[in-house]
Amino acid sequence: MHKTDENLVVNMQNVNKWFGEFHALKDIDLSIYEGERIVVCGPSGSGKSTLIRCLNGLEKHQDGTIKVHGTVLNDNTESVKKIRKNVGMVFQQFNLFPHLTVMENCILAPMENLHLSEVEASKLAMSFLERVQIPDQANKLPGQLSGGQQQRVAIARALCMQPRLMLFDEPTSSLDPEMIKEVLDTMVALANDGMSMICVTHELNFARRVAHRVIFMDEGKIVEDQSPKDFFENPQTDRARLFLSQILDH
Amino acid sequence: MSELLIDIFGKPHGIIIFQLVAATRFTIYLSLVAFGGGGVVAAMITFLTISPQPGLGKIAQTYIWFFQSIPLLMLLFLTGLGVPRLIGVDVNPWTAATISLVLFTSAYLAEVWRGAIAAVLPGQWEAGFALNISFVSTLKKVILPQAIRYGLAPTVGFMVQIIKGTSLAYIIGFSDLMLTGKRWANAPVSGSEPFIIFPIMAVIYFCICYPLAVVARKLEAEDLAKS
Ligand SMILES: Nc1ncnc2c1ncn2[C@@H]1O[C@H](COP(=O)(O)OP(=O)(O)OP(=O)(O)O)[C@@H](O)[C@H]1O
Ligand SMILES: [Mg+2]
Repeated sequence: MHKTDENLVVNMQNVNKWFGEFHALKDIDLSIYEGERIVVCGPSGSGKSTLIRCLNGLEKHQDGTIKVHGTVLNDNTESVKKIRKNVGMVFQQFNLFPHLTVMENCILAPMENLHLSEVEASKLAMSFLERVQIPDQANKLPGQLSGGQQQRVAIARALCMQPRLMLFDEPTSSLDPEMIKEVLDTMVALANDGMSMICVTHELNFARRVAHRVIFMDEGKIVEDQSPKDFFENPQTDRARLFLSQILDH
Repeated sequence: MSELLIDIFGKPHGIIIFQLVAATRFTIYLSLVAFGGGGVVAAMITFLTISPQPGLGKIAQTYIWFFQSIPLLMLLFLTGLGVPRLIGVDVNPWTAATISLVLFTSAYLAEVWRGAIAAVLPGQWEAGFALNISFVSTLKKVILPQAIRYGLAPTVGFMVQIIKGTSLAYIIGFSDLMLTGKRWANAPVSGSEPFIIFPIMAVIYFCICYPLAVVARKLEAEDLAKS
């Protein structure tokens, strides 16, 4: 992997974010390169969600610069749209559109953004539904699917935009244990295809298997940024050690 | 029609009923105009309340708050008697009643609709934005179809309030069921005493309002069953 400016996917420089008085992100510096897979972990409230939500403009940062695929993220609608076009996101609560079928969920964005006809968009969507192994559910409503299936639909829906970067915000945290595996397997397959990914998760086995780097956050700061092996075997900070011991106890 | 009613109810009741039913037309027209006009204005106000521009939202909230705090009767006095006197022109009762009811209706419906939109989970907006779907498309294709579920029952229920509300317009000389009935009740005609006229009027109002109330209640029950 060549870490050059041309294949910088995410570049955050001195980024700060406040919610009112509350300082949620503090002096974040982060560079992520094409094909890299990052796992973000840390205690609740440490700013993990806020960090990735700033990357596609769901939250606004007040200070510092964020560049995604070379585009500076600012208040300009054009810049936000340009960035979102190449960045997919998967949420903890799936956030599927409950009144639309699985297929309709998937074709909405490509029809609007890629100007595809319904037939073309459906064909595209079907290929991604096949990839997450639920083509047979295409005409069902989200409410008729299991949690694991819903999350896989959400992944397929994001992939339909053919993004160059995927953001995951605790994609398995609201799933029953028996469904976690199917979603993680889908994500591993995606990783094997070389997709750049930033994934907030506490699934440490997943981190060990697919991550190039683990980022540990605490109180709005990036405290560690290491290879999974180094992070798990030799955490540099007391906070990370404490966090790992708490997680591994479970 | 008039002869038929006279045949059935005799004089003067046949004539009274005929006139009351004929006047009900105007009650219905006014209600429809109030609902249509109020609905259009409410849609615009609702859009402002959810617009990403915070200033516009403030204006819309103020509008809602202001017209919800003024009794309908007060609005009728102001538009029908106050303002015309102030600027020295005659305003016909139709115009004044329409303006009052549209203001009243729009403020109420905007509040209902704003609430219905707010009841849709914020994750739905975020999913739309994350998929690079524009604000307007997200609103149209994702949010509104879900918000209608929350807003439909109270909207239909409010139509009942509008119909009843139009009865106040008699006060500025709007000739509807209410005014016609009141005239009869005051007339020195035997058989048109208030204790006869007012129950007839109540029955007419009931016949218009009850079906709407039933529909509203049914929609509400369906909602509860779904959630
Ligand atoms: N919209 C908001 N308004 C105010 N405060 C917020 C908002 N969103 C997040 N915060 C605060 O910012 C901090 C970081 O939140 P964030 O959701 O990024 O944490 P997290 O690391 O993702 O936590 P978790 O593991 O619980 O998801 C928290 O203290 C949270 O209360
Ligand atoms: Mg979070």
